Amino acid sequence: MAPPNNRRPGFSKRAQYSIFASYLLGILGAVLGLLLLLISFIDPRGFSALRTIGAETMAPISKSLSEIGGATGSAGDEISAYFNAASKNAAMRRELEQNRIEILEARALKQENERLKRLLKLDEEVADSIAMARLISSTASSARRIATLGVGSNSGLEPGQPVRSPEGLVGRILETGPTTARVLLVSDGQNVTPVQRASDSLPAFATGRGDGTVDIQPINIGSNPFKGGDLMITSGSGGLYSPGIPVAVVIRKTETGAIGRVLANPAKVSHAIVQPIFQAETVRQIEKDSANDVELESGE
Amino acid sequence: MPRSRQSRIGRQPSQLRIKLIPPLTVMVGSMITALPVITDYPILPPMGLLAILAWRLIRPGYWAVWAGFPLGLIDDIFSGQPLGSAAFLWSVIFLLLETLDRKAVRRDYWQDWLIASTAIIIVLIGGMLIVDVRSNMLRLDLLLPQILLSVLLYPFVARLIGAIDNWRVAS
Repeated sequence: MAPPNNRRPGFSKRAQYSIFASYLLGILGAVLGLLLLLISFIDPRGFSALRTIGAETMAPISKSLSEIGGATGSAGDEISAYFNAASKNAAMRRELEQNRIEILEARALKQENERLKRLLKLDEEVADSIAMARLISSTASSARRIATLGVGSNSGLEPGQPVRSPEGLVGRILETGPTTARVLLVSDGQNVTPVQRASDSLPAFATGRGDGTVDIQPINIGSNPFKGGDLMITSGSGGLYSPGIPVAVVIRKTETGAIGRVLANPAKVSHAIVQPIFQAETVRQIEKDSANDVELESGE
Repeated sequence: MPRSRQSRIGRQPSQLRIKLIPPLTVMVGSMITALPVITDYPILPPMGLLAILAWRLIRPGYWAVWAGFPLGLIDDIFSGQPLGSAAFLWSVIFLLLETLDRKAVRRDYWQDWLIASTAIIIVLIGGMLIVDVRSNMLRLDLLLPQILLSVLLYPFVARLIGAIDNWRVAS
């Protein structure tokens, strides 16, 4: 509202130069920002130390605030409910469908359980949980879907470990600080989860869409066997997540796959359980292989 | 006490307060992500951006053209965007505002709001584009509630920043 101060330089060379210099500095800032962006694209974990410091400094505030108000946890929900009022009808219909589906799901789960029990005998014992903690905050103002967990490397957390809740898979640890850890949620656009259909272990990939849903693509491209209500669980391939953690329920078919709703809504998850990496050996091997690939590519 | 009354006349507020309050409020705005609000999609308005826009539009003379870079960098630490995203976008916004300031003949409240809204839309969409470079899922419809909320919230933030500004320069 202040009137623009008329800083026209007139004929003074000195004033003109100083304006030119200020512009140059501004452009330099933009270029530096672009460079930093480039670096963070090439090495996404490069600046994790900085972010960890940020998360650690804010942790006391987040923790105490989340202790005080269970109500604040659903604030986002209430706001979004307001915006979604128009599509409430659709949501309710989906819910109805959901209920019908859940019966089917339970049947599928029973079958799955038996199969998993057989599977488990083959695997070495995997400890159930490393830590249990609250999700204390999230990147609610950004397009990324990353949450902060109230425990960190002091409790034995490491990047890559799966985070789940009783309802299903929440995500995996991205970065750890001493008392906080950043969790890449299943619905983040950069999180790809190997899944399978619970009923017939049809393998697929679930990629986050950034809004609490995932894009499910079958590995066998060409066929699109999904139908509403299919329960997707982790398949255990890749070695990160142990098999059988519920991930999403198919809500609608697309041309090449399906859209699924993530079962563990991070806004409602009161406590998240951190599990050890399912097959740490496999994961390490994969990482080594991909590192070799990168070297090969750069060598060419 | 006559002495203190006398000293109030022509007293200058501390330079520290004058210099530090604007960047500090912007940083506090950036730290809004520390609130225990966990959502499935972006909904919290970017308070750091709103604060810096309000300051920039209320006090055009205070800000250097490069000020968007350091403050954007701090915002990046808390926002979860790839580092450099806000540093770049805020720098661009500052360059645009600087150019606009030199061109503009007059300025009123509605114009300020319009400029701020445009800047908010540029930064939010730009932020999503930057994230999408890696995930290839452009979903601008997701941003609509956040953009609406931010645009509607801007006048209130501007009021608040105006009040802080009054206190900042008051002796």
